[in-house]
Amino acid sequence: MDVPRFDYSPAPESRSVVNLKPSYGLFIDGDFVDPMDGGHFKTESPSSQEVLAEVSSGGPGDIARAVTSARRAFEEVWGPMPGKERAKYLFRVARIVQERSRELAVLESLDNGKPIKESRDVDVPLTAAHFFYHAGWADKLAYAGFGPDPKPIGVTGQVIPWNFPLLMAAWKLAPALAAGNTCVLKPAETTPLSALLLAEILQQADLPPGVVNIVTGAGETGAALVAHPGVDKVAFTGSTEVGKQIQRSLAGTRKHLTLELGGKAANIVFDDAPLSQAVEGIVNGIFFNQGHVCCAGSRLLVQEPVAEGVVEALKRRLGSLRLGDPLDKNTDIGAINSPQQLDKIRELSDSGEAEGAERWSPACALPERGYWFPPTLFTGVVPAQRIAREEIFGPVLSVLTFRAPEEAVEKANNTTYGLSAGVWTEKGSRILHMASRLRAGVVWANTFNRFDPSSPFGGYRESGFGREGGRHGLAAYLQSALDG
Amino acid sequence: MNAQAARRLAAQSRPATLGRGPTELSELAASELSLRRFLHGLPGVDQVGAEARAASLATRSIKAGAKLWAIDTAISMIDLTTLEGSDTPGKVASLCGKARHPDPADPAVPAVAAVCVYSDLVPVAKSGLEGSTVKVAAVATAFPSGRASLSVKLADVADAVAAGADEVDMVIDRGAFLAGRYGLVLDEVRAVKEACGSARLKVILETGELATYDNVRRASWIAMIGGADFIKTSTGKVAPAATLPVALVMLEAVRDFADLSGSVIGVKVAGGIRTSKDAIRYLVLVNEVAGEEWLGPSLFRIGASSLLNDLLMQRSKQRRGAYAGSQDFSIE
Repeated sequence: MDVPRFDYSPAPESRSVVNLKPSYGLFIDGDFVDPMDGGHFKTESPSSQEVLAEVSSGGPGDIARAVTSARRAFEEVWGPMPGKERAKYLFRVARIVQERSRELAVLESLDNGKPIKESRDVDVPLTAAHFFYHAGWADKLAYAGFGPDPKPIGVTGQVIPWNFPLLMAAWKLAPALAAGNTCVLKPAETTPLSALLLAEILQQADLPPGVVNIVTGAGETGAALVAHPGVDKVAFTGSTEVGKQIQRSLAGTRKHLTLELGGKAANIVFDDAPLSQAVEGIVNGIFFNQGHVCCAGSRLLVQEPVAEGVVEALKRRLGSLRLGDPLDKNTDIGAINSPQQLDKIRELSDSGEAEGAERWSPACALPERGYWFPPTLFTGVVPAQRIAREEIFGPVLSVLTFRAPEEAVEKANNTTYGLSAGVWTEKGSRILHMASRLRAGVVWANTFNRFDPSSPFGGYRESGFGREGGRHGLAAYLQSALDG
Repeated sequence: MNAQAARRLAAQSRPATLGRGPTELSELAASELSLRRFLHGLPGVDQVGAEARAASLATRSIKAGAKLWAIDTAISMIDLTTLEGSDTPGKVASLCGKARHPDPADPAVPAVAAVCVYSDLVPVAKSGLEGSTVKVAAVATAFPSGRASLSVKLADVADAVAAGADEVDMVIDRGAFLAGRYGLVLDEVRAVKEACGSARLKVILETGELATYDNVRRASWIAMIGGADFIKTSTGKVAPAATLPVALVMLEAVRDFADLSGSVIGVKVAGGIRTSKDAIRYLVLVNEVAGEEWLGPSLFRIGASSLLNDLLMQRSKQRRGAYAGSQDFSIE
């Protein structure tokens, strides 16, 4: 071909906007403090394996300090504070998040490995939106449908994952604070930095000491938080396995619990779908954030008459995805967050091949350093294979086919999970019918992976329980009438 | 995709003999009924999704070497246009000078693709561009409204071709299209194509009047089946003119048509494209939707007038590191 290729030059976002400290303490009672009984660990950039900073590991003593501080703040400051006053703090936090959005986006992409276009256009704006939205509720709780004077629960212990580190912190903190609770937040071990920057923002907003405490660490830190008797409510987002452990450990206690766990969502494409947009939706459903999304559309169910064409179009589209430096503004696919996750994705993908599915990836050079996995498509997948049942949590799509709507419903529901689903068709009545039959907390119609703070999000069955966002999400942070 | 649906539909009507080629396509469109069935069998366009995709491609960041390449490529794709009642031979002649050497101070700047004028000014443009690579394009067929009888439209085309136009930009009958008379629209395109002889035919859909992306997709297919060498968004006389989502739908159409028929059709966007940033966004769209094969003046054009000076200004800024003044570039 004599036409020259339009090869985009590197367009990296500047790192200089982020001021990384060599070492971070725990954010307890409004200040950064050294851990009492924990050590330190390093957090690295998954795209370059460069060590970004040293972070404190909170031990049981640190958790106790944080919970005590949160209790005092709840009883003396935040609990008694009128809702309209709490709202002012939340509005302020939202505005500072917007003001410091570039800094937050760059830091998130550095620590997590996600492309800057996603942290810039999705994670950070949604973070601000969650604070804005819940700030609005803080003085209107009496009108939320939970009685004339709904009460907060108390001290909440919140454990969040590494896939949307900042956004998940916002999902947890904003409704809890709006409802009048205080918080001890435990960020994920591999992605603690944006939560620590958020702590600085909370300081900047003059949030009273102890209202939010952020204790970094690994799984043991989270376990200590969940187990602490001073915690009234536990909110966890993460793997189903850990979610089950938490539920077991809380059995018999008076603690409230909400869980947002894994998924194996079906993205169902009917033969009358707007196919060009369906292809985009499939790509967005599974390759957004490298597939590190609990509601990812990891199972494509496509109706047989269009299956061949859709797969062909998908392959062409995957060929145009740009994998590489997360800070490059033209990057579509970033790095896998950790070597452990990369191993898991590799193991499950290999099992797909071993079990007879056909594996395909576009020609795609992977950077030498860092953790990378090419966008991958499996065709000829049958429901009995592991890649059709287990959550891969990576950029791997399993393509299955169906013939009739009922078969699509059956196959989509044939999973232990129930977090999300997608339906693609130009027929409005079919959308409504499918939405009523699909056992999933979220059903997207002719779109996928769209989030809004006003829209409740959460799952069925092994995807957890409780909702985040919207009026329903407030319920998780208010005492219900049944609590007495 | 489209092509898949087309294959499926075609397979339903003529299972044994479907080959790949324009003949089969024109047979598919042999009757008003089969044409309608085909056009309405094309997958729909979801408005929200199409606009989101176009918006996300608009965030591509084109810098450094890629930007320089894109600016020169965009210059070479311009149909430098003047379509005013007040056009004079003098105005067209000065436009031709600009088209041949957009920046007299820098001979490395490529010539534009074509000069686009009303058909009565074709002789002026022809002599002004003699010896250059720049083509003469004439709008015809009762441009811009297209409200005239077929014989008047064909006479208009014949005039332009006789005067030496290398390219003819026709408008479709939007009234007939919106009334669902697809066969009439197709027949006109075919007749104009025949009247063009060896001149290349650009078919203007006037997407601003078609109202939906589904219509844009159907009109694109009618034009391609009718023999268009290019499908073009707009006359520039109706708002909205070219938009990124419309271009996205049309680029998908030419891509799918090439898959189905083997014929590669070009796309021209026109109207409201004034800045280098706009132009580069269209190039990104071409690159990522249709493919790099379309990234040249033989398959992608930008109809514009003021865009050229902005491209020249950005070009000199990229090379010299500082913006030139607006008086450093000629105004026609």
